[in-house]
Amino acid sequence: MNEHQHTSIAKKDLTDDKVVFGLWIYILSDCVLFAGLFATYAVQHTALFGGPAPSDIFSLSGALVETLVLLTSSFTCGLAVLAAYKNKKALTLLALAATVLLGATFVGMEYIEFSRLVAAGHSWQQSAFLSSFFTLVGTHGLHVSLGLLWMLVLMAHIYLRGIQTSTTRKLLAFSIFWHFLDIIWIFIFTFVYLFGLM
Amino acid sequence: MSFFFGTLTLSALMHGPIETVGQLAVVFGVLLGIGVISYFKAWSWLFKEWFTSLDAKKIGIMYIVLSMVMLARGFIDALMLRGQQAIAVGADTGFLSANHFAQIFSAHGVIMIFFVAMPFMFGFLNIIIPLQIGARDVAYPLLNSISFWLTAAGAMLINLSLVVGEFAAAGWLAYPPLSELQYSPGVGIDYYIWALQIAGIGTLLSGINLLVTIIKMRAPGMRLMRMPVFVWTAFGSMSLVIFAFPILTVTLAMLGLDRYLGMHFFTTNLGGNAMLYVNLIWSWGHPEVYILALPAFGIFSEIVPVFSQKRLFGYTSMVVATLSIVVLSFMVWLHHFFTMGAGADVNAFFGIMTMVIAIPTGVKIFNWLFTMFRGRIIFTTPMLWFMGFLVTFTIGGMAGVLMAIPGADFELHNSLFLVAHFHTMIIGGVLFNFFAGFTYWFPKVFGFTLNERLGRYAFWLWILGYCLAFIPLYVLGIMGMTRRLDYVDPNSGWHILLVVVAVGACVIGLALLCQALQIIVSIAQRKKRAVGGDPWNGRTLEWATHSPPPVYNFARIPHVHGRDAWWQTKEANASEGSSLKAIEYEDIELPRNTSVGLFIAGFAFFCGFALIWHIWWLAIVSVLGVMLTVIIRSFAEDIEYTIPALEVAKMEADLARTHTL
Repeated sequence: MNEHQHTSIAKKDLTDDKVVFGLWIYILSDCVLFAGLFATYAVQHTALFGGPAPSDIFSLSGALVETLVLLTSSFTCGLAVLAAYKNKKALTLLALAATVLLGATFVGMEYIEFSRLVAAGHSWQQSAFLSSFFTLVGTHGLHVSLGLLWMLVLMAHIYLRGIQTSTTRKLLAFSIFWHFLDIIWIFIFTFVYLFGLM
Repeated sequence: MSFFFGTLTLSALMHGPIETVGQLAVVFGVLLGIGVISYFKAWSWLFKEWFTSLDAKKIGIMYIVLSMVMLARGFIDALMLRGQQAIAVGADTGFLSANHFAQIFSAHGVIMIFFVAMPFMFGFLNIIIPLQIGARDVAYPLLNSISFWLTAAGAMLINLSLVVGEFAAAGWLAYPPLSELQYSPGVGIDYYIWALQIAGIGTLLSGINLLVTIIKMRAPGMRLMRMPVFVWTAFGSMSLVIFAFPILTVTLAMLGLDRYLGMHFFTTNLGGNAMLYVNLIWSWGHPEVYILALPAFGIFSEIVPVFSQKRLFGYTSMVVATLSIVVLSFMVWLHHFFTMGAGADVNAFFGIMTMVIAIPTGVKIFNWLFTMFRGRIIFTTPMLWFMGFLVTFTIGGMAGVLMAIPGADFELHNSLFLVAHFHTMIIGGVLFNFFAGFTYWFPKVFGFTLNERLGRYAFWLWILGYCLAFIPLYVLGIMGMTRRLDYVDPNSGWHILLVVVAVGACVIGLALLCQALQIIVSIAQRKKRAVGGDPWNGRTLEWATHSPPPVYNFARIPHVHGRDAWWQTKEANASEGSSLKAIEYEDIELPRNTSVGLFIAGFAFFCGFALIWHIWWLAIVSVLGVMLTVIIRSFAEDIEYTIPALEVAKMEADLARTHTL
C-alpha cells in the first residue's frame, strides 16, 4: 500500500500536481473578482455626468498594440514552458526575459494612457464611468505588474537551481496565471475598448 | 496630518466615559494575557508548539480559541444593546449615545459573523476534514497557517478600534451612502474595511486550501460518494467561499477607493450608485449564510447517525441537497432588499427562488428525522443540541419563507421580525450545531469527554434564553418596531417586551458561563474522563486513530471500501477477528514549523493600521515586508522533516499503551 502510494507520487504528471491544481482554483476565484469589476463597469459605463464618454477618450490603435504586446508575451511564456520541458535552461531564461520585456512594455503603455487621461482632466474622480474604467483596467494592470515581479523571482529560481521538478512546477503555475491575464485582457479589449468605440 | 503619524493624534485615545471602560477592558485584557503567559514562562512553548505550528489540528484549535474570545466580545456588545433598550424609557435615554449604540450593533454583527462563526467553522474543518478523509494534513500547511493569522490580524484590528479611534456606525454591511466619506468621515468605516479585507483574504486562501485537500488528498478507496456528509458539506461550503469571497473583496475595495481616492462607485454624486453596492454585497452575503450553515448541517449528519446507532438515512439525497443549496444560494440575494423597487417580476422571481431553496433544506431535516426513526437513540448533549436545532431552525425557516413573499416583506423589511428571523437561523441553525460538534469532537481532540451535566444545564439555559430573547422580537416586528433603535416611545407599548428580551440575553449569558465552567470542570476531571480513540462508537475515519491523534494523524493511511469506513472496519474485525500480524510502518514526512504566517499577518496588520490612519510610509513598508517574506520563503529548502518508521512504531506503541484504541 505504502509502496504503491510512493511510486504514484513519483510518477505523477505535473498537470495533476497539487500546487498547479490549487492555482487553477485561485484563478477561478480571481475570475469572480474580475466578474465583479466587469459587472460594475457594465452598470456604470453610461454614468458620465458631464464627463467624457468612452468614445471620447479611447484610442483603438493604442489598445490594439497593447493587446498584441500582451498576446506575444503569452506566446513567449509558452515557449519558456516548452523549453523547460526539453530541459533547456538558457532558452527558458531567454524566453522569460522576453516575456518580462513585453509585460513591462504593456504596463508602461497603460501607464502612459492613464497619465494622459489624468493630465487631460479625466481622472477617476470625474465620473462613475471613469472610476469603474480606471479600477477595472488598473486591477488588470496591477495583476500584470505583480506577474512581472513573480517572473523575476522565478528567473532567479531557475538560474540558481536549474530545470528540475520544483522549478518546472513553479514555471507551469506562473504560465497559467500569465495566460489567464491574457484572457482577462481580451475581455477588457472587447467590452471596454471595442464596445466603447462602436 | 503629519508624515510619521498620518491622521493619528492623541485625541484618538480620548473617549466618553462608557467607551473608556471598553478601551480599558481591552488594554487590561491584553496585559492580563501577557502577564499570565509570562508568569508561566509559556512564551517559547506557545511560539514553538502553537504559533508557528503547521499542524492542521493545532491551527484548528487556535481558530476555535479565537472564536471563543471573540464570542465573549460580541456577546458583551449584545448585552449592552439589549441593556440600553431595556433601560432607556421615558426621560431616561439610557447609558449609550446614539452614535455609540450604532457602533456597537455594527461591531456585534461583524464580530459574530466574521470572527465567531467563521473561525469556529474553520476550526472544525481544519481538525476534522483531514481525519475524515484519511489524510495526514491539508494540501498546503503553510498557507493554512497564513490564513489563520490573517483572520487573527483582522480580529485584532477590530478590537484595536475600541482603543484607538472608533468603529463603523453604519451597520454590519456598511451600506453607502452612509458609509461614504461624506457621511462617515471618521476612521470607523476604515477599520471595518481593512479588518474584513485582511480576514477575508485569509478565508479565501483557506477555502482554496480545503477544497484542494478534499479533492486531492482522500485516502485510497475513498471515492466521492463514499465521503462522510460533513466532508461533502465542507466541499459545498468551500466552493461557495471561492465563488463568493472575491465579490466581498472587490466590493469593499470599491468602497475603499471611494473613500481614499475620491472615486464615485457608490457616492451620491457624479453617477455613484448605492444600490450597486447593496446588490454586490448581498451576492456575497447570501452565499455566506450557506458557507456557515452547510458545514453546520454536516455536523448533524455525523452526530445523528452515531447517536441513533443507525447509518444516515438518504445519503445520496443529502449530497444532492447540499449541492443544490450551493447552486441556489447564488440566486436569492435580492430577497434582502425587495423594497429596492426592482419591480414585480424581479421580486417574484427572487421570492420563488427563496422558497425553492427551502426544499433541499427540508430534505435534510426529514433525512435526519428518518435516521432517528427506529434508531436506538442515546440522548447525549450533542443530540439535545440537535433537537433544539430542529425546533428553532424550523421556526426560523418558516419565518424566512414568510418573508420570501415580497408583499409580506414590504411590511416586515428592516423590522425586528427580520432580526428575530436571522438570529434564529444563525443561533439555532449554526451556533447550536457548532456546540454539538464541539461536544462530539472534543474527546477526539483532547482525549477526554466534556462534563455532561453542565452541558445539559447550558443547553436548557440556552433554549430558555433563546425563547425569551428572540420570540418577543417576532412580536415586536409585527407590532412595527424597526431594528437598531436605541430608544422607543413609551406610548408604543414595546418597552415591556424589550425588558423580556434583555432578561433573555442575561439567561443566555448564564448559559455561556455554564459552558465556560463545563470546559474548566472537564479539564480538572480529565484523568477520570479520559477515553480511547472511539468513545462514541463512531462510524467515520476520525475515530480510527488515537485521541488525541498523533501529529501524523494515521500511522498507516487507511484503505476505504465503502461509506462509514471505520464502521465497516469494525464489522470486518468482528466477523473475521482483527489481524494481529505485525504492522509495518513507513517513514512519514511532515512540514517543519515556520513563523512565515506570523510575519505575513503581522505585516498585513500594520498595513491595515497604516491605511486606517493614513500613515503612508508604514503602509508601503508593510506591503514590501509581505512581498519580501514570500520571496525569501520561496527560496527556503529543508522545509520538511521525516519521522523514521522505527520512531513511528515506537510512538504508536506508546500511544497504544496509554490508550485503549
